[in-house]
Amino acid sequence: MMTLKHIISIILVCTGLGIIGCGGAQKGQENTTSEPIYQPKQQVDPMQHKGIGPVQNLELAALDETMAEEGKTLYEQYCTACHKATQKYIGPAPKDILNRRTPEWVMNMILNPEEMVQKDPIAKKLLVEFNGAPMANQHLTEEQARKILEYFRTL
Amino acid sequence: MNLRFHSTFFLMLFASLMWQSCGHQSSTGQGKGLVGSNAASKVYVAPGEHDEFYAFLSGGFSGQVSVYGLPSGRLLKVIPVFSVDAEKAYGFNEETKPLLNTTHGFIPWDDAHHPELSQTKGVPDGRWLFINGNNTPRVARIDLSTFETVETIEIPNSGGNHSSPFTTENTEYIVAGTRFSVPFPQKDVAIGTYKENFKGALTYIKVAPEDGQMSIAFQILVPGYDYDLAHSGKGKSHGWTFFTTYNAEQSHTLKEVNASQYDKDYIAAVNWKKAEEYLAQGKYQEFPTAYYRNHYSEESHMATSEKIEKVKVLVPSECPGLIYYLPTPKSPHGVDVDPSGEYIVGNGKLSADMSVHSFDKMQKAIANEAFEKEIDGIPVLKYEEVLAGIVKEPGLGPLHTEFDGKGNAYTTFFISSEVVKWKLGTWEVLDRAPCYYSVGHLMIPGGDSKKPWGKYLVALNKITKDRYLPTGPEMNHSAQLYDISGDKMELILDFPTIGEPHYAQAIPADIVKPKSKKIYELGANKHPHAAKSEKEARVERNGNEIHVYMTTIRSHFAPDNIEGIKVGDKVYFHVTNLEQDWDVPHGFSVLGARTSELLIMPGQTETLLWEPRKEGVYPFYCTDFCSALHQEMQGYIRVSARNQNVPLKWGTGEQPES
Repeated sequence: MMTLKHIISIILVCTGLGIIGCGGAQKGQENTTSEPIYQPKQQVDPMQHKGIGPVQNLELAALDETMAEEGKTLYEQYCTACHKATQKYIGPAPKDILNRRTPEWVMNMILNPEEMVQKDPIAKKLLVEFNGAPMANQHLTEEQARKILEYFRTL
Repeated sequence: MNLRFHSTFFLMLFASLMWQSCGHQSSTGQGKGLVGSNAASKVYVAPGEHDEFYAFLSGGFSGQVSVYGLPSGRLLKVIPVFSVDAEKAYGFNEETKPLLNTTHGFIPWDDAHHPELSQTKGVPDGRWLFINGNNTPRVARIDLSTFETVETIEIPNSGGNHSSPFTTENTEYIVAGTRFSVPFPQKDVAIGTYKENFKGALTYIKVAPEDGQMSIAFQILVPGYDYDLAHSGKGKSHGWTFFTTYNAEQSHTLKEVNASQYDKDYIAAVNWKKAEEYLAQGKYQEFPTAYYRNHYSEESHMATSEKIEKVKVLVPSECPGLIYYLPTPKSPHGVDVDPSGEYIVGNGKLSADMSVHSFDKMQKAIANEAFEKEIDGIPVLKYEEVLAGIVKEPGLGPLHTEFDGKGNAYTTFFISSEVVKWKLGTWEVLDRAPCYYSVGHLMIPGGDSKKPWGKYLVALNKITKDRYLPTGPEMNHSAQLYDISGDKMELILDFPTIGEPHYAQAIPADIVKPKSKKIYELGANKHPHAAKSEKEARVERNGNEIHVYMTTIRSHFAPDNIEGIKVGDKVYFHVTNLEQDWDVPHGFSVLGARTSELLIMPGQTETLLWEPRKEGVYPFYCTDFCSALHQEMQGYIRVSARNQNVPLKWGTGEQPES
């Protein structure tokens, strides 16, 4: 004969099954494993490290002044709300950036900031350093980002 | 009873509860509608997945349009159209105020009735959505790349814009027939002189094919009846529009009784291609009038108003062949044209049967001059000569009909509270489904077009009562979703709506989704007060007008400290959102604003007028949680007495000197 305890445990099992039944019946559910937020610190050489994004390899030629001039206009329109050329503001100053980073990294940070601040060890550290102020994706083209990089070379 | 029996009973009860909770069924009350066991899976759209259809429901007395996903019934957006909306600053910011301008002044509310999608070749094309305002007669146009109201136009000589805005096959025109006849043109007369002085106006609004801009092409002066609903022809009947009338009695008091005397009223059939010929020949009269057209420019992010003072009017007695009356029992409400363009369904709301007219027979009757009589130059065709068939006693109080593209029609019956499915051509009733409660309009995606997507039907009900958890005396109206893919209609979902949804329209998501804008390009922003970089941020004084050119980006304002404002100044905050990323709006609100907040989309400029009444220092802040530093997105504005000489100063990141 069943005891009250048995009944309760059966109900609990049923409840569990019911929930699974509901969840299991839904279409389009996949088991996805998201990456852990916290990852052990990776040591990278910032003068070798290219970041994550569309720019894999970039050889810099002699300074193109027309490009740099166009880059300055773009920079003033899309970037100056958070960056000042020579001093730390909402974000870091781009002056002498190529003494600290590779050109690929700079362009990837402009073009792919969301993924960079999530995955790239240098960008992640910067996000913390700047109190979580996100690098806004201004949806520039690769050509526009390249011109801004050229302008940075003049600073 | 032994415990074993008890435990079995418990388990069965529990299993049934679990099953019902999975199926989202109502487990209380009676007469809630039979719901099949697979209803839940038919309306289930998994988290992160998208609905199959966009549905646009009129907000009725809310004045707005609500956008739902089907089949889930998810509310996607409420688009402000005819009523102010403090959430979106619609009608509160300087940019959108002109959209509500009329010859009666700034009108902050209307009664929105019939959403209508633009069409190309008789099929909804997903470019624009039109909707009529009934109370202060207007039509609005919503751009479906931004889901924003971009134009409103006032309808002159109209006393209630109800039979509107139903489109022609290629959106050549949308129409606006007056529900209440009024003196034409308006003048001060005794109401008792109705029959002598009151007239109806059927208005045709031209829609520019490239950008959708609306302009009144012409009006037709018609007898003073009540022009209730309309639909334009399609296919073979392209070039015609059909308007229902009631109150052919021309009563002006106790219409409940006095406008329901005659056995038949009329469907007015207008040959608008003929109207174009008469216009080209100059056979119109130009009447002095006044109406507003208000247009919002996506480039300047501003609306402007234009007052127009003439209208072209066609008079039927001077324009033979322009318009005919089709006798239709009795006080017909909706008039609906089947996908082939042949059948014109009159939903005679006080009639036991439903009369369906034939376009071919109508053409023949016109050719043979089979006229019963003439009213003010409008020939009345003989009822029997235009009748295609009668749906016998299908229900009580027919209001509206839509089509599934498979030869079936679906009609709503308000009094018997049901949708009835019947067959075109044989007029036999095939199925009926109860509605909860008292259905008005119904909607099948594309159901008034040449190509219905006949998978779902939405019943838009007038009475809610016990459908949902009670919320006091006032509650939202209910809508019900039916699966109509099989022989039998199947109720699969029930959801509350905004305001009173009269009509609705729906379109496959794939037509609209790819064109949906994510941001406004900052480079293309031509707002006269835009600050397109922080360098342009500034404050200017012009007499007692202050213009603050402000920018936002995560997460600060420039400027965020402002001094030198005086009590009595009119302070215009022109706020430009410098973000160029999807879904990064910034809000702006300032203490004591007697307007609303601003909610500025990426790349957009909006202007808030602030008129401080007391000296002090007031905070302003961002209202839309924008980043981890959102709480820090805040500034101060200092207001001094009129006689103080505090210099105008502004800045971000530096303290203004005091």
